[in-house]
Amino acid sequence: MAISLKVNGAAHSVDVDDDTPLLWVLRDTLGLTGTKFGCGVAQCGACTVFVNGAARRSCVLPVAAVDGEVTTIEAISGREAQAVQAAWTARDVPQCGYCQSGQVMSAVALLKEVKKPTDQDIDQAMNGNICRCATYVRIRAAIHDAARALEG
Amino acid sequence: MTAMRLSRRTMLKASAGLVIALQLPLPGRAEAAAGDAPAAPIAPNAFVRIGADDTVTVLVKHIEFGQGPFTGLSTLVAEELDADWSQMRAEHALADAALYKNLAFGVQGTGGSTAIANSYIQMRQAGAAARAMLVQAAATRWSVPAAEITVERGVLRHASGRQGRFGEFAEAAARLPVPQSVTLKDPSAFTLIGRDDGSMHKLDTPGKTNGTAQFTLDIMTPGMLTVLVARPPRFGATLTSFDDAAARAVNGVVEVKQIPSGVAIYANGTWPALKARAALAAVWDESKAEMRSTATMIEEYRALAKTPGTLAASHGDAAAAFAGGGWVIEAEYVFPYLAHAPMEPMDGYLEWDGQTARARFGSQLQTLDHATIAKVLGLPQEKVVVETLLGGGSFGRRAQGDAQFAAELAQAAKAIGPNRPVKLVWTREDDLAGGYYRSIFVHRLKGVVQDGRITGWSNTIVGQSLAVGTPFESVMVKDGVDATSVEGAREIPYDIANFHCDLHTVTSPVPVLWWRSVGHSHTGYAVECFIDELLEATGQDPVEGRLALMGSQPRLAGALRAVAQAANWSGGAVANGRARGVAAVESFGSFVAQIAEVSAGPEGPKVHKVWCAVDCGVAVNPDVIRSQIEGGIGYGLGHVLYAELDLNGGVPVQTNFDSYRSLRIHEMPEVEVVIVPSAEPPTGVGEPGVPPVGPAVANAMAKLGMGRPSRLPMVRGMV
Ligand code: FES
Ligand code: FES
Repeated sequence: MAISLKVNGAAHSVDVDDDTPLLWVLRDTLGLTGTKFGCGVAQCGACTVFVNGAARRSCVLPVAAVDGEVTTIEAISGREAQAVQAAWTARDVPQCGYCQSGQVMSAVALLKEVKKPTDQDIDQAMNGNICRCATYVRIRAAIHDAARALEG
Repeated sequence: MTAMRLSRRTMLKASAGLVIALQLPLPGRAEAAAGDAPAAPIAPNAFVRIGADDTVTVLVKHIEFGQGPFTGLSTLVAEELDADWSQMRAEHALADAALYKNLAFGVQGTGGSTAIANSYIQMRQAGAAARAMLVQAAATRWSVPAAEITVERGVLRHASGRQGRFGEFAEAAARLPVPQSVTLKDPSAFTLIGRDDGSMHKLDTPGKTNGTAQFTLDIMTPGMLTVLVARPPRFGATLTSFDDAAARAVNGVVEVKQIPSGVAIYANGTWPALKARAALAAVWDESKAEMRSTATMIEEYRALAKTPGTLAASHGDAAAAFAGGGWVIEAEYVFPYLAHAPMEPMDGYLEWDGQTARARFGSQLQTLDHATIAKVLGLPQEKVVVETLLGGGSFGRRAQGDAQFAAELAQAAKAIGPNRPVKLVWTREDDLAGGYYRSIFVHRLKGVVQDGRITGWSNTIVGQSLAVGTPFESVMVKDGVDATSVEGAREIPYDIANFHCDLHTVTSPVPVLWWRSVGHSHTGYAVECFIDELLEATGQDPVEGRLALMGSQPRLAGALRAVAQAANWSGGAVANGRARGVAAVESFGSFVAQIAEVSAGPEGPKVHKVWCAVDCGVAVNPDVIRSQIEGGIGYGLGHVLYAELDLNGGVPVQTNFDSYRSLRIHEMPEVEVVIVPSAEPPTGVGEPGVPPVGPAVANAMAKLGMGRPSRLPMVRGMV
């Protein structure tokens, strides 16, 4: 059955089973591979995307239940996204890099909500994103950097 | 293979105009250019490609999975080439043992924190040779002596005012003979090696920040099938029969085939494959399977540890020291199975046409994987191309002596026949239940203190061998002792007159593997907790007491002094509810000391800060060193605090991150890294940050009155 959804500004009609998680529609059907698979059970955050601007775990979101416009790492834009990606680059946050799409998405979502996050805010917003390389020290520092850059 | 090489070469010529690339194989042997460096062929063509657009691409023989070889090896080339960092690029070299062997192994592969160490001279020689060829090409074009040409930040210059960029000379340089010998820079002339001004960004950072980095899971090709394999629930079981009617009925499923490791589901996409696998009914023969629970195994190993094992090392007379009066102290440490759980689970892509094959995946032991794939497909090795891709972490997981993953990938492709490209995907459950764990280990230690001194030490170790049955067995197992089971325990850094270490090697159908820092992942904990306990018994300060016994270990002592200074060490005693513990471990030729500041949290230790001093010889990329140490501390800490892989009647219990608990951001301590200045040849940092953190935390817990946990993980059963 064809399902309609809007991803990164473009309308798509995908012919997949209703219960297919959005993650696999993005990756396997639409070829948007920046969003990663890490656990499939909403534990690691590697699959984080925005649905109507809110961070969601696409691995447990059936495509038929997507109730808004999807934005993936490939298409994030705006001041927060730019500030986060610039801070990530400046601090050389990634190691293997596999979790980082999800980390960046969660960090952008945080900064859209909280202009000047405290360490506790960061803990709360980011503790659903596992980094097996443990780049956490730099993730935290980069979020603070990005918040400062957004102030200026 | 030929076809692949040709198409690659054609593509490069078409796009780049240059080509110091791909004139293989290469003549020329370096004169030993520095110290005891291994003599490697000077092979700029194999390692360096200079584009008409001035880009310098380093063909990296090591897999990049976050530990930094793209940046590290490129730094070495750029230094001797006098390139500008902004023109540097890196990509993986194709598997080729002759050209790209790890000089420490003799085969192409990555591990043991050897990437920088074995490449330090080789890649600098490649850069220096490429530089000499560019200079010669410029000298010829300008009709000036080569010796009068200088190179700085990617620009060639002559006093006459002529100047040019690399790209202008790349093609002419490629036609010149490779110099038979090159002179490398004196370290005092380094401008990129050791540079720490924030300008040496990692080459792979941008793609890993915007989602464009290409991992194996991201491969999509026309007609490609996604493959999942149903494997037995218990290790050592085999397939008896299966019923695939329901699996085949799933929309998108293309084929179901038996392969040696189980039943392969071929589908158009991951979700149909997952659904079909869940619908498959399989019957397994468990007559040879591991049926024990880990709790039972551990009890068996604990009993075994009370009996003498195979001698690993001894000096003096430990038995006499224990019998001679004095205060005898005993301790036991139990370490669980651990999974590596790289963020990207195992995956691989393979296409073949019956005559040639091309595999693309995060291969860590390329030579073994290459040979295995060729063998399974019945092809000569030169007809198989193995392309290494970025790995989403490994921690040892992608380096399998039995090439099990490469074999399964080839078997999956073979079973469905030629011209059906496959992408084999492991889920997180496959990963965590899939074995290749760090073995369970039990350490039983005994020490004796007499007249305020430690006079005797014995350590009996029980665990599985990761080398037995692999191509590494003949190198690693000597006189019945697998060196990786006892490294760090049979040679401790402390001068103790009477010393004994022995080993029981146990077996199980559960496959085991090296796990970030290998033997040091358990011996570091056992030795550093126990020495701390013995020093406490002698009434000595943990830092001063260690230093007093480290007469033969100047570099480890140097790291310990450096970390004590950085943390302003004053004994570690409790202040404001926080105590500090220390540990120092040499692994893979790098010397690492750490101090952890810990308080008692609601579920166990809360680690606030870790100071770390590392002596890894010449610090090629200081910021990569810091990041690897930060990551090693987080990885080591997460596992000692939370991780264990239990078997219940042989069946893995923790099969996703809801139960195989990973360190999360709020559990990550602050980290301060001091790099000890050194002119020694560089050694690795991917693993050495891991071993000290567990014992440093445990030793702080002792100060807090919580005791040194004798059973890991420290926080158990909380998930
Ligand atoms: S893949 Fe979705 S949270 Fe892990
Ligand atoms: S950078 Fe490797 S998992 Fe986060």
